Amino acid sequence: MFKQVEGSRAVAEAVAACRPEVICAYPISPQTHIVEGLSRIVKEGKLGTCEFVNVESEFAAMSVAIGASATGARTYTATASQGLLYMVEAVYNASGLGLPIVMTVANRAIGAPINIWNDHSDSMSQRDSGWIQIFAETNQEAADLHVQAFRIAEELSLPVMVCMDGFILTHASERVDIPEQEQVDSFLKPYVPRQVLDPDNPVSIGAMVGPEAFTEVRYMAHMKTLSALELIPQVAKDFQEIFQRDSGGLIRGYHSEDAETVVIALGSILGTIKDVIDDQRENGVSIGALGIITYRPFPFDAVREALRNAKRVVIIEKALSVGIGGVVAQDIRHALSGLEIHQYTVIAGLGGRPITKASLSDLFDKAVVDDIRGLTFLDLDQELVDAEMKREAGQS
Amino acid sequence: MSTTPVKFYQVGSFAVGNRLLPAAAGSVQSDMERTNALTSGHRACQGCGEALGARYAMDAAMRAANDKVIAVNATGCLEVFSTPYPESSWRIAWLHSLFGNAPAVATGVAAALRAKGRTEVRVIGQGGDGATVDIGFGPLSGMFERNDDVLYICYDNEAYMNTGVQRSGATPAAARTATTQAVGPEPGNVFGQGKNVPRIAMAHEIPYVATATVADLRDLEAKVARAMEFRGARYLHVLVPCPLGWGSQSCDTVKIARLATQSGLFPVFEAERGEVVSSTPIRQRVMVEEYLKLQGRYSHLFSPKRRDDVIDRLQAAADRNIKRYNLMPEEAGDL
Repeated sequence: MFKQVEGSRAVAEAVAACRPEVICAYPISPQTHIVEGLSRIVKEGKLGTCEFVNVESEFAAMSVAIGASATGARTYTATASQGLLYMVEAVYNASGLGLPIVMTVANRAIGAPINIWNDHSDSMSQRDSGWIQIFAETNQEAADLHVQAFRIAEELSLPVMVCMDGFILTHASERVDIPEQEQVDSFLKPYVPRQVLDPDNPVSIGAMVGPEAFTEVRYMAHMKTLSALELIPQVAKDFQEIFQRDSGGLIRGYHSEDAETVVIALGSILGTIKDVIDDQRENGVSIGALGIITYRPFPFDAVREALRNAKRVVIIEKALSVGIGGVVAQDIRHALSGLEIHQYTVIAGLGGRPITKASLSDLFDKAVVDDIRGLTFLDLDQELVDAEMKREAGQS
Repeated sequence: MSTTPVKFYQVGSFAVGNRLLPAAAGSVQSDMERTNALTSGHRACQGCGEALGARYAMDAAMRAANDKVIAVNATGCLEVFSTPYPESSWRIAWLHSLFGNAPAVATGVAAALRAKGRTEVRVIGQGGDGATVDIGFGPLSGMFERNDDVLYICYDNEAYMNTGVQRSGATPAAARTATTQAVGPEPGNVFGQGKNVPRIAMAHEIPYVATATVADLRDLEAKVARAMEFRGARYLHVLVPCPLGWGSQSCDTVKIARLATQSGLFPVFEAERGEVVSSTPIRQRVMVEEYLKLQGRYSHLFSPKRRDDVIDRLQAAADRNIKRYNLMPEEAGDL
């Protein structure tokens, strides 16, 4: 059903349609509207016996989710930024235990300096956590990806992080086709846990594993996570059959097949990028875009295949790995190893800095003639940097 | 049931056997009916108070819940010695997640059971004093505050034993640990620090809070049984001597736990909704020195130079407990 709604509300309704049994959350901007919406839906009794637990921290939120999921409940939580970092120990534990928890990350910068606005630093910090990470481009996709996330999580018995840009998506109102209950029910069957805490069939979960088997446990986790690269496209296909729309999958190209220059990005910025590409293609520039939807596991083969004909790629990053530069860029470099493709990394949109069409247009103009450095900070205010450097030098 | 004959026979003895108790009052170690939730073969040290306490507490919980128990365990000795892959000593549904989150994980288990309508299954959280008093304290307080339907049991051996005997927020004053060593003008742990979690639990006004020790297993079982009569958040704090960390003889674990209660250093009591409703009177009072001198962690109080000043301060703490919890009701006027 089409509704003009805030992205957070759309996600809350999509999650509710998945019939979660336990929801737990600790408030942090910009995740709050999602869990506020769900708490109301639960309190209104629309989710039957579903429990909504108001916890005292994000660490507790993920821990409650671990307990609930291990007891066989379909479990959901949401967080962002500092909250994600605060729960990190439990984030790794959830994937290690193979618990199919679904969590929204309303992407936000990490301090210090404290900053509540959007970038991808939070999710990127967890790329090695053993969670499947999928990034939504629009609010429609954000809603749809949550429905797919429960399927993916439960089929693999692995946790899934649905990443959506904080404020840009979570707080934007637009038209969203909210997944219908009947459609969701036919797409997502009741959760059948692979292993469950049950007094009638007692098992010990979470034993200590020493050097004799730890590598094997990790290897198996790696192989299982890689199998998501086959499952995710299948789930997206099933979703399309039932919901009649294209959401999810591994990657999504936009005029990328024949383009000399391909811009790579994750999340909502792809919308602006596509607008700029439309303008430039009208002017005869051979440029396209590639959106990465599934970031972990990283779809190396799909990315390599999609970029095979490109002369150069421009990777727009909403995160910075201090001391090296791009985060996604390293994975792209790996995927393209051996191919003669120029690679440029652009750090953009940190801490909510708007990424404008004008800036992207200028950037692409330079990129298509290779007039660009290996690492660029988009719209860097050099005057501010110089002033601060001068001040620091004066102090010392 | 009268306790008078028991008191008579136990004068002067800390190791009275079941043979001197009425059958109904004796603790049962071996019984076909016993669930042995924590069964034999685990890797606890000889004389481990925690293994003893956990075995009795969990079996009592199993009895009270008709074997419908799910246990959540914090990281620590109890977890490490019981579940080295691919072995497990637990014959119950058991989950270990992390060091500092057992109360929250237990909340999640309870929430899932409620959502599924399986409220006949009861949830026990358990951990050592480090997991409870220190690193897991936030989740513990959250679980109390929400009155989640969990019985949390702390096995308190007064330091981080699994990592090699470092100080915790439950380490008593003057005790030597690897991070409060017996050197300097004030050897051992300093005075004026530490957390009294049973009292903090009471401040949450949860349905039931109690303390117990492995010196009185019957009392421990009775308190678990009583705790299981309530729904909501419950807390049981069990003193479990650790021969390794306390520098005591393995054969003295129960004796030392008894001296802790009989000196007044460890008050045994029950509280409901924030009010103390009963305390276990001291049967034969001993001075704290009797308790201290059996433990290597206090040896610096006796040699090379006797530290009466420190011993007196510890005695004062015991005296304060005796008064506060009315542990010697017959002599209450004299203290």
